[in-house]
Amino acid sequence: MTSSLEGLVLRATEVHKHFGRLHILKGVSLDVRPRETVCIIGTSGSGKTTFLRCINHLEKIDGGSIEVNGHPIGYRMKNGRLVEDSERNISRQRTEIGFVFQRFNLFPHKTALENVTEAPIQVRGVSKQEAISDAEKLLARVGLADKKDTYPGKLSGGQQQRVAIARALAMKPALMLFDEPTSALDPEVTGEVLDVMEELAHEGTTMIVVTHEMGFAKRAADRVVMMDEGVIIEEGSPEHFFESPTHERTKAFLSKIL
Amino acid sequence: MFVHALWATVYISIVAQVLGIILGLIAALMRMSNFRPLRFLSGAYVLVFRGTPVLVQIMFIWLIIPGRTVGFGAFTLKQEVFAGILALGVNEGAYMREIIRAGIDSIDKGQMEAGKSLGMRYGAIMRRIVLPQAARVIVPPLGNEFNNMMKTSSLVYIIGVYELFSDAEQVFSSSGNVAPFIAVAFWYLVLTSIWSIVQASIERRLAVSEHGDELSLRERAVAVWTEGGGVSRLGDWPFGAGGRWRGRS
Repeated sequence: MTSSLEGLVLRATEVHKHFGRLHILKGVSLDVRPRETVCIIGTSGSGKTTFLRCINHLEKIDGGSIEVNGHPIGYRMKNGRLVEDSERNISRQRTEIGFVFQRFNLFPHKTALENVTEAPIQVRGVSKQEAISDAEKLLARVGLADKKDTYPGKLSGGQQQRVAIARALAMKPALMLFDEPTSALDPEVTGEVLDVMEELAHEGTTMIVVTHEMGFAKRAADRVVMMDEGVIIEEGSPEHFFESPTHERTKAFLSKIL
Repeated sequence: MFVHALWATVYISIVAQVLGIILGLIAALMRMSNFRPLRFLSGAYVLVFRGTPVLVQIMFIWLIIPGRTVGFGAFTLKQEVFAGILALGVNEGAYMREIIRAGIDSIDKGQMEAGKSLGMRYGAIMRRIVLPQAARVIVPPLGNEFNNMMKTSSLVYIIGVYELFSDAEQVFSSSGNVAPFIAVAFWYLVLTSIWSIVQASIERRLAVSEHGDELSLRERAVAVWTEGGGVSRLGDWPFGAGGRWRGRS
């Protein structure tokens, strides 16, 4: 590995993905450096969510490669060929990657606190005491210290999403992925979730956010990436993006959404 | 003697049902496997044991198990009791597979993905995330299965197991008196009624956050006797039309 690539958190190279006959990702390449916040924008169907799911191998890829912290995700070399990795190794790789879902996917039979402590205890083997004390800090950080014993069913969408963020952070991942984290929320509670994410970005969490929230992208992103029909068509700083986009599709998209 | 017969029915039913749940869970997980031979085995199991009469299965398993007793360490069972339990349990597993699979299918796939994204492995996600939630869907039909099991277990009288029905049958064949069959029907009714109350209580505990309509023990007992099979959450009425009895044997 050359020195210029060292220290990259994510290196995705020419990623291809098909769903049946549909060619969803047509060679997506993206590098993310430590402490960077990258926002991926684009119309629905452009492949941005699929790309995000490929990064932690919730979707298999058909071509290209994805590396997180220098380790290939989901595949390994065997006799000179790439084969899918074992479930054990894939699970271990995923502990390095936090994922926040559009629909939260909290565990409904566990309290907010138990949602956050589950993986540290079960996967990392952290002691219960330590996991609880960490989880309490994380819940306080997302503003939900008083809701720790509440079940997800009794929390608002915004509160559930903040618990989900705390749950992902509890594994201390090197990279956080957010898949349209506010799309399933009522407009009046998107702010509380975006505030938490913005704070994370400013604290230097490495994160990739698929979003339609252009305000958030402007304020929090170090880099904005526009996807269209399975390829990245433009990327740059938020200033470049929102003030002088060059690609026609980007212009059309931004004029519609802003 | 009679108490032994009653106990034998309860004991055989419970052990066979537990065996059925275990086999059903294994078969359900095999059915969902990515490995084709496992899916095939699971399918063949269900095809054979749902497609043949349980009476034939009882006879067959009894005939192929050698010896007069079957031992488990310090613990021995009469051969016919073992064969009876095994046959009822294996048969039950084929039905439990579908019930457990439906329960697992009812859980949003986002739960599995959330577990995966946290680095949890398949077994842990099943055990700690999916199955505890699926239990809510699995328990009501499981209760009906056990109700059926208590009644179906009477079939093992055919291989000489001493239990409620064979007790009555022995008295009948020596005296020609029909009364023992009335008594035996009464005792099955007692067992299934007790079970209905237990079942309702389990279901109520599982559904506690979903429903506000909690019934007291007395109300549940009343509901069992007055509403019978009409109240699905109280389980299958012993004489109800919903029984699987006819389809099965």
